[in-house]
Amino acid sequence: MNVPARSAPRHTPYHPRWYRTPVSTYWWMQQWSYFRFVLRELTSLGVAYSCVILLCLIRALSLGPEAYEALQKRLATPMVIMLTVISLLLVLLHTITWFRLSADAMVVRVGGRRIPGFLISASNYVAWLVVSGIVAWLLLR
Amino acid sequence: MVKRPIEPLFWTLFSGGGVVSAFFIPVLLFLVALAFPLGWITAPSYEALHSLVSHPLSRLFLFVVCSLPLFHWAHRFRYTLYDGLQIKHLNEFINVFCYGGAIVGTVVSAYLLWNFH
Repeated sequence: MNVPARSAPRHTPYHPRWYRTPVSTYWWMQQWSYFRFVLRELTSLGVAYSCVILLCLIRALSLGPEAYEALQKRLATPMVIMLTVISLLLVLLHTITWFRLSADAMVVRVGGRRIPGFLISASNYVAWLVVSGIVAWLLLR
Repeated sequence: MVKRPIEPLFWTLFSGGGVVSAFFIPVLLFLVALAFPLGWITAPSYEALHSLVSHPLSRLFLFVVCSLPLFHWAHRFRYTLYDGLQIKHLNEFINVFCYGGAIVGTVVSAYLLWNFH
Protein backbone atom coordinates (compact mmCIF):
# COMPACT_ATOMS: atom_id res chain seq x y z
CA MET A 1 0.00 0.00 0.00
CA ASN A 2 1.31 3.33 -0.93
CA VAL A 3 -0.39 5.89 1.27
CA PRO A 4 0.68 9.47 0.66
CA ALA A 5 2.00 11.04 3.85
CA ARG A 6 0.02 14.04 5.03
CA SER A 7 1.91 17.21 5.74
CA ALA A 8 0.19 17.56 9.13
CA PRO A 9 -1.99 15.13 11.07
CA ARG A 10 -5.66 15.95 10.71
CA HIS A 11 -7.07 17.42 13.91
CA THR A 12 -10.55 16.37 14.87
CA PRO A 13 -11.53 17.70 18.27
CA TYR A 14 -13.14 15.26 20.75
CA HIS A 15 -12.62 12.27 18.43
CA PRO A 16 -9.17 10.83 19.10
CA ARG A 17 -8.18 8.16 16.60
CA TRP A 18 -6.55 5.79 19.06
CA TYR A 19 -8.43 3.07 20.88
CA ARG A 20 -9.48 3.50 24.46
CA THR A 21 -11.20 0.91 26.57
CA PRO A 22 -14.59 2.38 27.34
CA VAL A 23 -15.25 2.66 31.06
CA SER A 24 -18.74 1.69 32.16
CA THR A 25 -20.88 4.45 33.64
CA TYR A 26 -21.40 2.11 36.58
CA TRP A 27 -17.68 1.54 37.22
CA TRP A 28 -18.16 2.53 40.86
CA MET A 29 -20.62 -0.32 41.47
CA GLN A 30 -18.11 -3.03 40.64
CA GLN A 31 -15.98 -2.76 43.74
CA TRP A 32 -16.79 -1.84 47.34
CA SER A 33 -13.92 0.65 47.64
CA TYR A 34 -15.08 2.50 44.51
CA PHE A 35 -18.65 2.54 45.77
CA ARG A 36 -17.48 3.91 49.11
CA PHE A 37 -15.61 6.68 47.28
CA VAL A 38 -18.71 7.70 45.31
CA LEU A 39 -20.86 7.48 48.45
CA ARG A 40 -18.42 9.83 50.22
CA GLU A 41 -18.61 12.24 47.28
CA LEU A 42 -22.42 12.06 47.34
CA THR A 43 -22.48 13.32 50.95
CA SER A 44 -22.45 16.79 49.37
CA LEU A 45 -26.12 16.23 48.46
CA GLY A 46 -26.98 15.87 52.16
CA VAL A 47 -25.05 19.07 52.88
CA ALA A 48 -26.95 20.99 50.17
CA TYR A 49 -30.28 19.61 51.42
CA SER A 50 -29.47 20.82 54.95
CA CYS A 51 -28.70 24.32 53.66
CA VAL A 52 -32.03 24.45 51.82
CA ILE A 53 -33.89 23.33 54.96
CA LEU A 54 -32.12 25.98 57.05
CA LEU A 55 -32.98 28.68 54.51
CA CYS A 56 -36.64 27.53 54.51
CA LEU A 57 -36.65 27.75 58.32
CA ILE A 58 -35.15 31.26 58.34
CA ARG A 59 -37.72 32.38 55.75
CA ALA A 60 -40.61 30.85 57.73
CA LEU A 61 -39.41 32.47 60.96
CA SER A 62 -39.24 35.83 59.21
CA LEU A 63 -42.72 35.47 57.67
CA GLY A 64 -44.45 34.76 60.98
CA PRO A 65 -45.92 32.07 63.26
CA GLU A 66 -48.35 30.69 60.62
CA ALA A 67 -45.57 30.11 58.09
CA TYR A 68 -43.45 28.52 60.84
CA GLU A 69 -46.28 26.12 61.79
CA ALA A 70 -46.84 25.24 58.13
CA LEU A 71 -43.14 24.42 57.71
CA GLN A 72 -43.19 22.21 60.82
CA LYS A 73 -46.12 20.26 59.30
CA ARG A 74 -44.37 19.96 55.96
CA LEU A 75 -41.17 18.71 57.65
CA ALA A 76 -43.22 15.96 59.31
CA THR A 77 -44.59 14.49 56.04
CA PRO A 78 -43.25 11.01 55.18
CA MET A 79 -41.51 12.12 51.98
CA VAL A 80 -39.59 14.93 53.70
CA ILE A 81 -38.75 12.70 56.70
CA MET A 82 -37.29 10.12 54.33
CA LEU A 83 -35.15 12.75 52.58
CA THR A 84 -34.06 14.16 55.95
CA VAL A 85 -33.04 10.75 57.31
CA ILE A 86 -31.01 9.97 54.17
CA SER A 87 -29.40 13.42 54.31
CA LEU A 88 -28.61 13.04 58.01
CA LEU A 89 -26.86 9.72 57.34
CA LEU A 90 -24.90 11.29 54.48
CA VAL A 91 -23.94 14.30 56.59
CA LEU A 92 -22.75 12.03 59.42
CA LEU A 93 -20.70 10.09 56.88
CA HIS A 94 -19.25 13.40 55.72
CA THR A 95 -18.25 14.30 59.28
CA ILE A 96 -16.59 10.92 59.87
CA THR A 97 -14.74 10.87 56.53
CA TRP A 98 -13.76 14.53 56.88
CA PHE A 99 -12.18 13.95 60.29
CA ARG A 100 -10.39 10.86 58.98
CA LEU A 101 -9.10 12.88 56.04
CA SER A 102 -7.97 15.79 58.19
CA ALA A 103 -5.97 13.36 60.35
CA ASP A 104 -4.03 12.42 57.21
CA ALA A 105 -3.83 15.92 55.79
CA MET A 106 -2.87 17.89 58.90
CA VAL A 107 0.71 17.72 60.05
CA VAL A 108 0.85 19.00 63.61
CA ARG A 109 4.22 19.03 65.28
CA VAL A 110 4.85 19.52 68.94
CA GLY A 111 8.47 19.74 70.02
CA GLY A 112 9.64 18.53 66.60
CA ARG A 113 7.59 15.36 66.77
CA ARG A 114 4.54 14.72 64.60
CA ILE A 115 1.28 14.19 66.48
CA PRO A 116 -0.22 10.85 65.38
CA GLY A 117 -3.36 10.96 63.22
CA PHE A 118 -5.64 9.27 65.73
CA LEU A 119 -5.01 12.07 68.25
CA ILE A 120 -6.02 14.66 65.66
CA SER A 121 -9.16 12.63 64.84
CA ALA A 122 -9.92 12.23 68.54
CA SER A 123 -9.59 15.96 69.22
CA ASN A 124 -11.82 16.64 66.21
CA TYR A 125 -14.49 14.33 67.61
CA VAL A 126 -14.27 15.97 71.03
CA ALA A 127 -14.56 19.42 69.45
CA TRP A 128 -17.53 18.16 67.38
CA LEU A 129 -19.32 16.94 70.51
CA VAL A 130 -18.67 20.23 72.32
CA VAL A 131 -19.86 22.30 69.35
CA SER A 132 -22.98 20.14 68.93
CA GLY A 133 -23.68 20.49 72.64
CA ILE A 134 -23.40 24.28 72.49
CA VAL A 135 -25.70 24.49 69.44
CA ALA A 136 -28.26 22.20 71.10
CA TRP A 137 -28.08 24.20 74.35
CA LEU A 138 -28.62 27.48 72.48
CA LEU A 139 -31.68 26.04 70.72
CA LEU A 140 -33.18 24.32 73.76
CA ARG A 141 -32.51 26.61 76.69
CA MET B 1 -9.96 19.41 33.17
CA VAL B 2 -8.56 22.84 32.34
CA LYS B 3 -6.76 24.52 35.21
CA ARG B 4 -8.09 27.99 35.84
CA PRO B 5 -6.62 30.64 38.12
CA ILE B 6 -9.92 30.66 40.05
CA GLU B 7 -9.54 26.97 41.01
CA PRO B 8 -7.66 27.63 44.32
CA LEU B 9 -10.48 29.92 45.48
CA PHE B 10 -13.05 27.19 44.81
CA TRP B 11 -10.88 24.67 46.62
CA THR B 12 -10.56 26.96 49.66
CA LEU B 13 -14.32 27.43 49.75
CA PHE B 14 -14.70 23.65 49.38
CA SER B 15 -12.51 22.83 52.35
CA GLY B 16 -13.85 25.67 54.49
CA GLY B 17 -17.38 24.51 53.73
CA GLY B 18 -16.33 20.95 54.52
CA VAL B 19 -15.17 21.93 58.00
CA VAL B 20 -18.33 23.99 58.70
CA SER B 21 -20.55 21.15 57.43
CA ALA B 22 -18.73 18.52 59.46
CA PHE B 23 -19.07 20.43 62.73
CA PHE B 24 -22.43 22.20 62.53
CA ILE B 25 -24.75 20.56 59.98
CA PRO B 26 -25.46 17.20 61.72
CA VAL B 27 -26.77 18.67 64.98
CA LEU B 28 -28.71 21.42 63.19
CA LEU B 29 -30.34 19.05 60.71
CA PHE B 30 -31.19 16.50 63.41
CA LEU B 31 -32.83 19.05 65.73
CA VAL B 32 -34.48 21.38 63.23
CA ALA B 33 -35.67 18.90 60.59
CA LEU B 34 -36.25 15.72 62.61
CA ALA B 35 -36.45 16.02 66.39
CA PHE B 36 -38.52 19.24 66.55
CA PRO B 37 -41.09 18.55 63.78
CA LEU B 38 -41.62 14.96 64.99
CA GLY B 39 -41.86 16.00 68.63
CA TRP B 40 -39.00 13.80 69.88
CA ILE B 41 -37.69 16.84 71.73
CA THR B 42 -39.94 19.70 72.80
CA ALA B 43 -39.36 22.34 70.15
CA PRO B 44 -38.63 25.91 71.26
CA SER B 45 -41.54 28.27 70.83
CA TYR B 46 -41.78 30.44 67.74
CA GLU B 47 -40.95 33.52 69.84
CA ALA B 48 -37.88 31.94 71.41
CA LEU B 49 -36.51 30.76 68.07
CA HIS B 50 -37.34 34.07 66.43
CA SER B 51 -35.49 36.08 69.07
CA LEU B 52 -32.52 33.70 68.87
CA VAL B 53 -32.23 34.13 65.09
CA SER B 54 -32.76 37.90 65.41
CA HIS B 55 -29.46 38.30 67.22
CA PRO B 56 -26.77 39.67 64.86
CA LEU B 57 -24.28 36.97 65.88
CA SER B 58 -26.81 34.22 65.13
CA ARG B 59 -27.46 35.73 61.73
CA LEU B 60 -23.76 35.90 60.96
CA PHE B 61 -23.40 32.29 62.10
CA LEU B 62 -26.35 31.18 59.97
CA PHE B 63 -24.96 33.02 56.96
CA VAL B 64 -21.67 31.13 57.28
CA VAL B 65 -23.50 27.83 57.88
CA CYS B 66 -25.73 28.31 54.82
CA SER B 67 -23.24 29.73 52.32
CA LEU B 68 -19.90 27.94 52.78
CA PRO B 69 -21.40 24.41 52.73
CA LEU B 70 -23.17 25.29 49.46
CA PHE B 71 -19.79 25.99 47.87
CA HIS B 72 -18.56 22.72 49.37
CA TRP B 73 -21.49 20.99 47.66
CA ALA B 74 -20.86 22.78 44.36
CA HIS B 75 -17.22 21.75 44.18
CA ARG B 76 -17.74 18.18 45.27
CA PHE B 77 -20.89 17.52 43.28
CA ARG B 78 -19.24 18.89 40.14
CA TYR B 79 -16.47 16.33 40.42
CA THR B 80 -18.94 13.59 41.36
CA LEU B 81 -20.77 14.17 38.08
CA TYR B 82 -17.46 14.45 36.24
CA ASP B 83 -16.00 11.21 37.61
CA GLY B 84 -19.11 9.21 38.34
CA LEU B 85 -21.21 9.78 35.27
CA GLN B 86 -18.35 10.82 32.94
CA ILE B 87 -20.44 13.54 31.35
CA LYS B 88 -17.56 15.70 30.19
CA HIS B 89 -19.49 17.19 27.28
CA LEU B 90 -21.88 18.85 29.77
CA ASN B 91 -18.99 20.35 31.74
CA GLU B 92 -19.88 24.00 31.15
CA PHE B 93 -23.50 23.41 32.08
CA ILE B 94 -22.52 21.50 35.24
CA ASN B 95 -20.15 24.29 36.33
CA VAL B 96 -22.84 26.93 35.87
CA PHE B 97 -25.38 24.76 37.67
CA CYS B 98 -23.12 23.96 40.66
CA TYR B 99 -21.30 27.24 41.29
CA GLY B 100 -24.31 29.26 40.11
CA GLY B 101 -26.48 27.36 42.58
CA ALA B 102 -24.04 28.09 45.40
CA ILE B 103 -23.93 31.79 44.50
CA VAL B 104 -27.73 32.02 44.31
CA GLY B 105 -28.01 30.23 47.67
CA THR B 106 -25.51 32.65 49.22
CA VAL B 107 -27.38 35.68 47.87
CA VAL B 108 -30.70 34.27 49.12
CA SER B 109 -29.30 33.60 52.59
CA ALA B 110 -27.75 37.09 52.75
CA TYR B 111 -31.06 38.62 51.70
CA LEU B 112 -33.14 36.57 54.15
CA LEU B 113 -30.81 37.20 57.09
CA TRP B 114 -30.26 40.88 56.35
CA ASN B 115 -34.02 41.53 56.09
CA PHE B 116 -34.91 39.22 58.99
CA HIS B 117 -37.63 40.76 61.12
